[in-house]
This record gives sequence, C-alpha cells and structure tokens, in this order.
Amino acid sequence: MDWQAIGLSVRLSAATTLILLIIGLPVAYWLAFSPRRWKVVVEAVVALPLVLPPTVLGFYVLLAMGPRSPIGALYSKLNGGLLPFSFQGLLLASVLYSLPFTVQPVASAFGAVDRKLLEASWCLGVSRFATFRRVLVPVALPGIATGVILSFAHTMGEFGVVLMVGGNIAGVTRTVSISIYDQVQALNYRAAAATSLFLLGLSFTVLVLTYSLQRRVSPVGAGRYDG
Amino acid sequence: MTAELICRCRRRLASGFELNADFRIPVDQSPVTVLFGPSGSGKTTLLRLIAGLDRADSGEISLNGRDWAGLSPQERRAAFLFQDYALFPHLSVARNIAYAARPGRAAELIKAFGLSDLSDRRPNRLSGGQQQRVALARALAADPALLLLDEPLSALDAPTRTKLRYELRRRLLDSGVPAIVVTHDRMEAVALGDWIAVIVDGQVRQVGPIQEVSRRPADAQVAASLGVENVLPATIVGREGGLMTLQVGPVQLQCVDTEAVSPVYACIHAEDVALTPEPHGSSARNRIAAHVVSVTIEGPLARVELDCGFPIVALITAQSAAELGLRAGDALSAVIKATAVHLIGG
Repeated sequence: MDWQAIGLSVRLSAATTLILLIIGLPVAYWLAFSPRRWKVVVEAVVALPLVLPPTVLGFYVLLAMGPRSPIGALYSKLNGGLLPFSFQGLLLASVLYSLPFTVQPVASAFGAVDRKLLEASWCLGVSRFATFRRVLVPVALPGIATGVILSFAHTMGEFGVVLMVGGNIAGVTRTVSISIYDQVQALNYRAAAATSLFLLGLSFTVLVLTYSLQRRVSPVGAGRYDG
Repeated sequence: MTAELICRCRRRLASGFELNADFRIPVDQSPVTVLFGPSGSGKTTLLRLIAGLDRADSGEISLNGRDWAGLSPQERRAAFLFQDYALFPHLSVARNIAYAARPGRAAELIKAFGLSDLSDRRPNRLSGGQQQRVALARALAADPALLLLDEPLSALDAPTRTKLRYELRRRLLDSGVPAIVVTHDRMEAVALGDWIAVIVDGQVRQVGPIQEVSRRPADAQVAASLGVENVLPATIVGREGGLMTLQVGPVQLQCVDTEAVSPVYACIHAEDVALTPEPHGSSARNRIAAHVVSVTIEGPLARVELDCGFPIVALITAQSAAELGLRAGDALSAVIKATAVHLIGG
C-alpha cells in the first residue's frame, strides 16, 4: 500500500475542506439570503465543477496558474516557486473542484433555517455576523457537516484534475487515486487492491459517520411553525 | 423631547398592495397600543417597517425624538415578538433569554416570569403559553426601546388565549417598555390596549384611546371593523335646539347636533338599542316600530335582528329576551337615545 500517497491525499483533503469552509460559508449565506439578481449566475459558476469534465477544469486551472498568467506571476513573485505541479497548485484546483460539494448542502441548510430566527436576533441588537455565528451556523450544523464530509471525501477520490494540474510527483502531487492508477499500469494488482480497499473502507466509514451524526443533530431543526 | 412614536411612511409591495401610515402615538400616555385591522390590512407590514426589517419607500419614523430613518434593526432596538415566537431551537430557555441580555438581567427575568423550572428545557418541549413567556422575557432582556408583538396570542388555543390576555397586559405594563401589539381580534384589542390604531386596506385610518375610537369611529369602514353593528346611511333633514333629525330609510331619527353635513352614516352600537313590547310609538323620540327577524342567544347575551324599514341589530341580555318572549315576526319598538347615535362623514 502506498502510505505516502494516502498521507498526501488526507493532507490535501483536510486543507481543501478547511479552505472551503472559510470561503464556502459566506458564499452559501449570500446564495441563501440575497435578492435574486446575479444569484443564478453565481449558482451556475459554483455548480460548474459538477458537470465539467475534470480534464477541462484542470486544463483551465493549469492555464490560469501558468507563470505567464497574473495568478501564476503573482505567486512566483511572492513565493519564488511555480504553482503547477506543486502541492499549493493542487490545493487551489481541489478547492475549485469541490466548491459545489460544500456550498450546495450548506446553502440549502441555510435556506431551510426559519428567517424569523435571524430577524429576531437582529431586533435584539445582535449584529449580522454574530447572528450568523450564534444562530445560523448552529441551527444549520447538520447541513454544514454534510458539506464538510462530502468535500473531504470528494477530494480524497479526485483524479482528473490532479493529473492535469499536479502531475504525478511522489510525495508532492501523487494522491491515492493516481497511485492506484500507477500500480495498475505497472501490473502491480496486489498493491492496487490494497490501496483501493483502504479507500473503500475509508469512504464507507465516513458516510456511516455522516448519517449517524445527522440523525443525532437533526431533531433541533429549523422553526417548527410557518406563520 | 416628547415620548412619542411618530410614523409617516409609505411602502408599495410587489403585489401592488400599498401601505400608507401617518400617525403619532404618545407612548407615555399609552403604554400598550393595539394595531388593529382585518387580515391582509397591512398590520404586519407596518410592524416590520417600524422594526427596520423592511424599508419604507418614503417617509419617517422616530421614537422619542430620535430619527430612525437609516437605522438598522440592531440600532433601533425594537424587539420583535413573532407570531410563532421564533425561539432559538438549539438553545435552552435560560440561554434563549440570556441571548442578548446584560449580565444578571436574564436570571432576574427567569425568576420574574416563573421560568426557573423550565430553564434547562429546549423550546420544542414547551407549551405555546410557555414559549410566549420565554419570547417576551428574551425580548425584555435586551432592554429594548420598543416592543413589537405580532399577534402574540394567535398561536395559542382558545382557552389559553383568553387566560393569557390579562397576564400579557400586566407583563407589558410592568416592563415599562412601550409596546405595539398587532391583533385582528376585537376582544383582544380591548383587553390588551390603551390606544388603538385602526388599519384598513393598508391605511391607518384612526388612532386614539380605545374607548374614544370605539365610540366615535372616523369612518364607516373603521366602524365596521370595530364591530359597530349598525352603520346606516342617512341624510340630515333638520336641525333644531341642539338636535338634528336624520332620515334613515323610511324612519326619522334624532341625534345630537354636530357639524356634520349630508350624506352621513349613523353609527349605533347594538347594545344601545333597547327593546320595548309596545309596537306603536311614532310620537316618542327615536322610538321605532320594528319586527323581529331573528333571535340568537350568545351566552349571556341575545342578538336580535330587527326590521324597521332598514335592518338593525340589538344586543340585550338573554334574560330580558326571555322576559319579552321574543320570537321571529313579533312586533315591538326599538328605542335609541339621541346621544347613542354617532355620525360619521359619508
């Protein structure tokens, strides 16, 4: 089993999930509560990775990160290195690729929260941010947990984008799914089977955890009336 | 600086509904003001404008001389009690009340509101009445400048609702915070409020002390929404010695002379219509020959519908209805004091 690849995937998934939480929650808030204008456009952009072939997404990300692109140029100025074929580049691509898996469940969980709870809080003199933190997030927690777990699992299994953006560098960009592909290419079926089984077991455990967690938290739910 | 709520605002909704409110309430004279009107008249819309949850298209709102235009709900501190109370489902009773409270205030209110035994419970394990108490305590804990209550009793079952009216009024008075209570229930309005603002079709039509507004409604729609049973179109046919003679259908009625000019509506509360068995009486003042159309017993009262050339309703005690032996078709006289006829412009 390729422990190095597993370790790298877990690291990549954890970092991706964390970043997605930081940018996904505000985006979900905006999608759930702002007026209709521009909403469809943003929704479509967020959902793009769901329908786009990973190679296409990967291709554009690769172009955008190249040393001649503004993002790539800025990165090498600040950091001295290149984004493509680095862990940081991979992280950026993963964040884009898994964005809908965080934003969509969280936005629908936010949308299901009784708006009156937020308004009651505002009228008690509590700021919008504090209301977000003290009311919206706790009440929408099952939806947020779903987003976190889906994003983590999705990043663990990604292949096409990684191959396009990260290539196949051991310890830097060789993730679990690439490692399995390598092992199969090298006709090392035993190793491929072990790594695959590990990934299967991990995914299954994560999903069981998600569902049991949701069941335990959900009785809180949103407002019970609809006045 | 006067303790006064001034509201002058317009708002047009996408549905085409237009709210137009122009009134002032001296909150020092009126600790509890009832915003009264039928469903769909714009009561909740107005309450949300006052809270700052929605913006008016134009106009101004101010409390005690402080201009509220451009202030967020947080800056206005007009605590809003929603119809379903909107308690935070993830917090216990104690933490709901402490949510926006300064230190010590929550404990004080939990005790005063008799919620000590419930303080660890989640809102979904409370009865409607308990939820209402928690919501009021939570609102008061934030030291609001104004309390806004949207149909605070409507989520409760009927017996609880009647019981809690007086308790709610007492708590509102004790709090020392001026309150505006939305209701569409006349009995609730009378039980809860000092002042009343009557809203019909998005327009605030009349504001004043409840007794005053109920005695002298400003127009026919206000009268009808306040449950004045008899609103009769009339013309003024004579004026003499401080009295006016009105022509109502085939009958002439006398009332106290006012500055009114025809056409007018004559408003007569059903309880001001007395009944006597003698069917004649054209000579006596405001004694009208009538036929009983129907008699409905409503608890201790009897509602008698009469025909005297125009329909009129009388409310008498069930006991006197029994003594008179009223039955449909009976001929009798309806007697109305001249001072009980209130005129409003047509």
